[in-house]
Amino acid sequence: MLTEIRFHNLQELRHSASLANKVFIQRDYSEGTTCKFQTKFPSELESRIERTLFEDTVKTLNSYYAEAEKIGGQSYLEGCLACATAYLIFLCMETRYEKVLKKIAKYIQEQNEKIYAPRGLLITDPIERGMRVIEISIYEDRGSSGSSSGSSSVFG
Amino acid sequence: MSAVMITRKVRKWEKLPGKNTFCCDGRVMMARQKGVFYLTLFLIIGTCSLFFAFECPYLAVHLSPAIPVFAILLFFFVMAMLLRTSFSDPGVLPRALPEEATFIEMEIEAANGNVPAGQRPPPRIRNVQINNQIVKLKYCYTCKIFRPPRASHCSICDNCVDRFDHHCPWVGNCVGKRNYRYFYLFTLSLSLLTIYIFTFNIVHVVMRSVDNGFLNTLKETPGTVLEVLVCFFTLWSVVGLTGFHTYLISLNQTTNEDIKGSWSGKNRVQNPYSHKNIIKNCCEVLCGPIYPSVLDRRGLMQEDSPVSATSAAPSSSSISNPVPQTMHAVLCLQKTTAALIPNEHTPEDAKPSVAASAEKSPSPKDGDPPAPKVPPLASPETDVETSIVKDKTH
Repeated sequence: MLTEIRFHNLQELRHSASLANKVFIQRDYSEGTTCKFQTKFPSELESRIERTLFEDTVKTLNSYYAEAEKIGGQSYLEGCLACATAYLIFLCMETRYEKVLKKIAKYIQEQNEKIYAPRGLLITDPIERGMRVIEISIYEDRGSSGSSSGSSSVFG
Repeated sequence: MSAVMITRKVRKWEKLPGKNTFCCDGRVMMARQKGVFYLTLFLIIGTCSLFFAFECPYLAVHLSPAIPVFAILLFFFVMAMLLRTSFSDPGVLPRALPEEATFIEMEIEAANGNVPAGQRPPPRIRNVQINNQIVKLKYCYTCKIFRPPRASHCSICDNCVDRFDHHCPWVGNCVGKRNYRYFYLFTLSLSLLTIYIFTFNIVHVVMRSVDNGFLNTLKETPGTVLEVLVCFFTLWSVVGLTGFHTYLISLNQTTNEDIKGSWSGKNRVQNPYSHKNIIKNCCEVLCGPIYPSVLDRRGLMQEDSPVSATSAAPSSSSISNPVPQTMHAVLCLQKTTAALIPNEHTPEDAKPSVAASAEKSPSPKDGDPPAPKVPPLASPETDVETSIVKDKTH
């Protein structure tokens, strides 16, 4: 017997589901030390989410980080201006990286609400894990009668 | 103490593992031993005060008022860079939370396969390909992570630091990804300031001697002798250091890599991070993006629910953090007083002299797993400043 449960928001997810497992998406260092995550699809998520959705999320995150770490005209300008003011300008101004991090936080929350929470998954912002991993928590419905041997019976 | 912990809000810096001290409620982050840093401050402020008191009035009148003005600007820039280097997070990588540590352990076990009983398991190394070169990532037994490329564990601060350069006792902090450019600008501006003060001291003595005679001049401005002495010895070490770091920046290398010889020698891997272009390398290091701190020092700890926003496991302890309970209690007790004025809690005590601290061995860690010790890459012996100073004082 398969039960269909929908989580309408993250609060509901946390209250009515229990944490089953966590998957950690590692960094991709093939292009150096710039922040980039592997787009390899982990096997634990195979039954939970479509591969394309997952890859889209990781690729968008990678593009945000690339934008933040881009070395070009704007970063030179920011660097030179900041140096001229002995970096005191950052007491009142936000760095470009911080602005992009805010965009990333918003994007992750939006992805969680629209795509991941309905499937019983939750993405943690990499900044909370030292930019080392993207942590994806897999939730299992507490109320389910375990109809499919331990794996989740939640559908998105 | 424990009653205080329950009633007031706890910020995350109070629970951070590692041997840093925090001031101003987590805004300032430094190493524990700050004696040499106070010496640096004293030397810079002392010498500049003497310059402003003795030389500047004479030079402003007899040469140009621009001289003290420029000196003041330079002095403020030096101080700003020094404080920025000393007080900021060098790029500390937070330790792995238990779930991540377990996940990594499982991956390692899977990769090693079955090790026959009695045989030592293979070293924990992960190979990654960066720009078509194979780079080995080492596993850090303290932080329970595979260190990202160019990261290294500082035994003095007991943290893994990203793009670790070295631990500098003169600034009282590690130099890593986030504060390397401030450190470089500090050494550069300090070189300029030292040369400036030294030059104008000589000019002042010469000009005054022409009118009053050499011995009278020294009697009128006794500060000059002291300044010249300090500047003379500082000049060699600081200018040498600036030159060394300019060389490293042009090759996009860190002091740590240079000392270990990671990219030198015929059989070794070539530096995969270098753009093979001096201008590009300099631009990346000095004008690159300003990286944010990944340690949320001033965030509030949630006492009743786990720190991780995603973990909903009811049986986990109130703070899901790899520090064992006894260590955690000790840290709590230590850090409740840290909000006022930080004390030195190291068993070995703050050793103000560099020579004494050179004999210090890496401090023992409580409650650590019986794992191979990480070699003290950041001991004062390998610190470039101390070796230069030692060389020059021979």
